[in-house]
Amino acid sequence: MDNNKNWIDQRFPLTKVWNEHLAEYYTPRNFNFWYFFGSLAMLVLVMQIVTGIFLTMHFKPDAVNAFASVEYIMRDVDWGWLIRYLHSTGASAFFIVIYLHMYRGLLYGSYKSPRELIWILGMILYIALMAEAFMGYVLPWGQMSYWGAQVIISLFGSVPFIGPDLLVWILGDYAVGDPALNRFFSLHVIALPLILVVLVFLHIVALHTVGSNNPDGVEIKKNKDKNGIPKDGIPFHPYYSVKDIVGVVVFLMLFSAVVFFAPALNGYFLEHANFIEANPLKTPDHIAPLWYLTPFYSVLRAIPPMFGSQFPGVVGMFAALLILLALPWLDRSKVKSIRYRSYPYKIALGVFVVSFITLGWLGMEPVTPVNAILARVFTILYFGFFILMPWFTSIGKTKQVPERVTE
Amino acid sequence: MKKLLTITASVLASLSISFNVLASENGVHLDHADTDINDQKSLQNGAQLFMDYCSGCHSISFMRYNRIAKDLNISNADVKKNLMFSGSKLGDKVVSSMTEKGAETWFGTTPPDLSLVARSKGTDWIYTYLRSFYADKSRPFGVNNKVLVNASMPDVLWELKKNKSAEDFNQDVRDVTNFLDYVGEPAKLVRVDLGYKVMGFLFILLILAYLMKKEYWKDVKYGNWRAKD
Repeated sequence: MDNNKNWIDQRFPLTKVWNEHLAEYYTPRNFNFWYFFGSLAMLVLVMQIVTGIFLTMHFKPDAVNAFASVEYIMRDVDWGWLIRYLHSTGASAFFIVIYLHMYRGLLYGSYKSPRELIWILGMILYIALMAEAFMGYVLPWGQMSYWGAQVIISLFGSVPFIGPDLLVWILGDYAVGDPALNRFFSLHVIALPLILVVLVFLHIVALHTVGSNNPDGVEIKKNKDKNGIPKDGIPFHPYYSVKDIVGVVVFLMLFSAVVFFAPALNGYFLEHANFIEANPLKTPDHIAPLWYLTPFYSVLRAIPPMFGSQFPGVVGMFAALLILLALPWLDRSKVKSIRYRSYPYKIALGVFVVSFITLGWLGMEPVTPVNAILARVFTILYFGFFILMPWFTSIGKTKQVPERVTE
Repeated sequence: MKKLLTITASVLASLSISFNVLASENGVHLDHADTDINDQKSLQNGAQLFMDYCSGCHSISFMRYNRIAKDLNISNADVKKNLMFSGSKLGDKVVSSMTEKGAETWFGTTPPDLSLVARSKGTDWIYTYLRSFYADKSRPFGVNNKVLVNASMPDVLWELKKNKSAEDFNQDVRDVTNFLDYVGEPAKLVRVDLGYKVMGFLFILLILAYLMKKEYWKDVKYGNWRAKD
């Protein structure tokens, strides 16, 4: 065994990598519930790739056959229904996990110096994941696939001057059709997964360079023992690997409950209208993207057309996403963790969470006069969180941050 | 743990805000279909009724005859004798023999494929729709429908409604609905059962994983993990 290890180590830094990233990678000892979601996101990514490989074996990226090929997978392919439900549930699970992972960052100030790059890489990952999910949702070629794509892609047509040409260039046609389905398939199974995997790698390399934050927001590297090991650190492996396994099993139980007992989750994970094949001649009464995209869809609808153009709404929607990238520089607070933050920040974070969830809910609802007003109010509050952040993070009294981690 | 429970509860609560519950387009109240996919008798009767009253016009083209035979525990011979009218083979998909042109002439529209109607409209909708025909002289077939106003479909079950007690008729409609629910997702017959086994397995794994974590973390608790190496 040792001989084999030596043989490999002379040719590839196996032991070095193992130690640097697992066995001698020192992690704060006080991780709580919120720290499960990074490893869970990785689990879901792997699951999506593996189930995706098997779905690709049977799926036909073709406007005539796509819908039927999904039903073929559901009925005639051995275990096809399970693979498909794992993949469709996995898409929603991915966003649940990612949203909780991002919220953890907000709670404990994980985006603050020296972890700005981890946050930025994570945000790019999030945007890439949204593109991946959107393209994936088009593939089954149901009514919502088709009309959702029609609505989202038509946004590009509102870009001044080049809009109409841009639209044709993206779709390869004048409307969503076979060419669009084919290229979305290509992007969904090759381009975006590659980008996601590379970004995950970079996200983790950046994380392991500076080390994890923790619920106290204390830098454990400031307190090292005589061997240079952080006093509040424990090796990731075996301590967090065995702890994460518990998290994985709990996650799999919730996940399996959906897959086996409610795979459509009452229209939240698989919309009812998507069990009707795409029909370009029949617009559904109510078009809504899947839940994970709806906060931004709400922002889009909240901004009224100006000068006869939808473009301001599109700009607003992308701004709502991109503004997250600036977070590390908008936050002026001296402390990281919510435990020691001032009241203005705690209130603002609460308002932000309520705004985001409400915008998400409104994005699934049809537009009514009341909903339109609500969407505008919460869009303003959403942007207010970021724009006013330099102010509310510099006022109020913060608590004294301890020298060492607590608990 | 308390935190975890609060979070779970709030997630479940937010999911139960039902923005997306299936309802009829015109706001008619839908009766609860109360079907049971594990009731094989009901499925068999539903299959028979579907083939007798529906399959002349409606296809369920994602479904094959021999799959119905296998899942509903009907012998191939019986399927051939009682359920197949269009001269198809056992491995064929259940496709109506009506031509598109004929359908256009007779109904003004092509009767939709019903493979996935239970998934797009829901079982309550089917159950209520089939029981909501009423006489209306202004319509081509002399009937209209409360759930789907100005439906092009005649009241194909009128004979059953006339000759059976209300209770038996409702049960027949429930059986057809149940059959369509099965047709919408044949995997449902095995999915839930498998789910319980998977949950059982994961539960045992959870206990073991938790005990393993607890054992390892004793080192952290007593601050002596470094003594290990």
